[in-house]
Amino acid sequence: MGPVTEMLLLVLVVVTALAFDFTNGFHDTGNAMATSIATRALRPKAAVLLSAVLNMAGAFLSLAVAATIAKGLVDAGAISLEVVFAGLVGGIVWNLITWLYGLPSSSSHALVGGVIGSVLAAAGTAGVIWSGVLSKVLLPALLAPVIAIGVAALGTWLVARLTRGVSQDVTTRGFRWGQVGSASLVSLAHGTNDAQKSMGIILLALITAGAVPADSGVPFWVIFSCAFFMALGTYLGGWRIIRTLGKGLVEIDSRQGMAAETSSAAVILLSSHFGFSLSTTHVATGSILGSGVGMPGAKVRWGVAGRMLAAWGLTLPAAGIVGAVCFWIQHVIGGFLGTFLVFALLVGTSFAIWLASRRQPVDHSNVNEEWDEEKGSRLRASVATTGEAGEPQVGPVVEERLAPSMSPAISASGTGVPDGTASEKGEQR
Amino acid sequence: MNGLIEWNALGQVVVAGVIVGAGIPALFALGLRLVAGTSQVPAPGAQAPGDTRGPVVISRPSPARLVGALLCFGTVVGAVAAGLVFLAAGGHS
Repeated sequence: MGPVTEMLLLVLVVVTALAFDFTNGFHDTGNAMATSIATRALRPKAAVLLSAVLNMAGAFLSLAVAATIAKGLVDAGAISLEVVFAGLVGGIVWNLITWLYGLPSSSSHALVGGVIGSVLAAAGTAGVIWSGVLSKVLLPALLAPVIAIGVAALGTWLVARLTRGVSQDVTTRGFRWGQVGSASLVSLAHGTNDAQKSMGIILLALITAGAVPADSGVPFWVIFSCAFFMALGTYLGGWRIIRTLGKGLVEIDSRQGMAAETSSAAVILLSSHFGFSLSTTHVATGSILGSGVGMPGAKVRWGVAGRMLAAWGLTLPAAGIVGAVCFWIQHVIGGFLGTFLVFALLVGTSFAIWLASRRQPVDHSNVNEEWDEEKGSRLRASVATTGEAGEPQVGPVVEERLAPSMSPAISASGTGVPDGTASEKGEQR
Repeated sequence: MNGLIEWNALGQVVVAGVIVGAGIPALFALGLRLVAGTSQVPAPGAQAPGDTRGPVVISRPSPARLVGALLCFGTVVGAVAAGLVFLAAGGHS
């Protein structure tokens, strides 16, 4: 390979790493901000802006970069630029697919899965350290949500007990503050942890290509671009995932939101302190579920939770298959042309997924609409959602059912019509 | 299964997670309760005629309750600050 194609390959890897960084921010906005958006502690745009700024700040906060990716998971000798590239593509594609379906799944698992897949394609089963995969990836993925659900459920229960009898006005206002504070800490932790993964990949690529010396620190442009693209992804906001986390799993109020985010922040920070790293997504999602479990009278949509768990289970194999296929395409075609073809495929796939998402767009304007699990159809938000836990509210009435013949029957049922008309009509008959 | 999971680290995460992750929201709620007070329904007959305050009375917090609330909120803010220091020190893995 000539120096020119070598250079081009390096550029492609750096661009792809930044693209992964972008999807990482995009995918994980909901972990920190979904609850604040759902309880209206922050307006949707303000929430993603705050999260983006904190992600950016977090990336600069600490520069203890892990220079190796998938350390202890794959044989270090099997890592080459092509392998890293194919792994990144696998991670990006899986992140985009789960985003399309609004499923929160771990971005770092997607990356690890992609790299493992491409290593399998490159070096065979000997290239993967399976015990490392089991103990560092699979078991923590099972344990993280269990721990988070327990902590958040206990916290929510305590909060519900202690605020019993306190006026709802006071708790809503107070806990919104607490919620914003704890969510900010989660955002900051995400920026510190995850931007460094992309920095590590780019540094590794630069060292492998000989662009910087092996003992080099991270060049400033790498830090800045990683921080910037993650913040940009965060700001654009994976609204589909935010909607699932904030509205789909649990109907959440500000007390639950504060308990959930505090539990996320505590478990994430403590687990990295004790050297038992857990995925941010798994912890945050588990905490939100836990806040539904611990809140008396709140309902948890276990169907949504089940789909999400299935996506977690699929993350490693699915991203791995994409990574393996990408490496295989690169290998068969060979050289720079193969890598370029994979890159073109990635761009095409991303565009197709984006087009598919436009058919049922979710953005800041409709992120808080009522969740309709049965039909999956969109309802007009004619009733302001309070976000309070309690008896399920009667949703907005669908247009077709408002036919003149139907409305007496609806009124006679007496629920959901706040003014006196329902009871009046009931008495007439 | 031994060796696959660092039981020690896991146990520490669980214990500390429960103390901090559930304790901080509880302290916050306690502080709020101390400041805001709870609504009490006064005993029947205690209400003077012409009193328009309605049946629910929220008492003003006493100084002791305010101090307690400050302690609660102070602990919460301290915990957040500790989290920030931890992040800035690069203690993550």
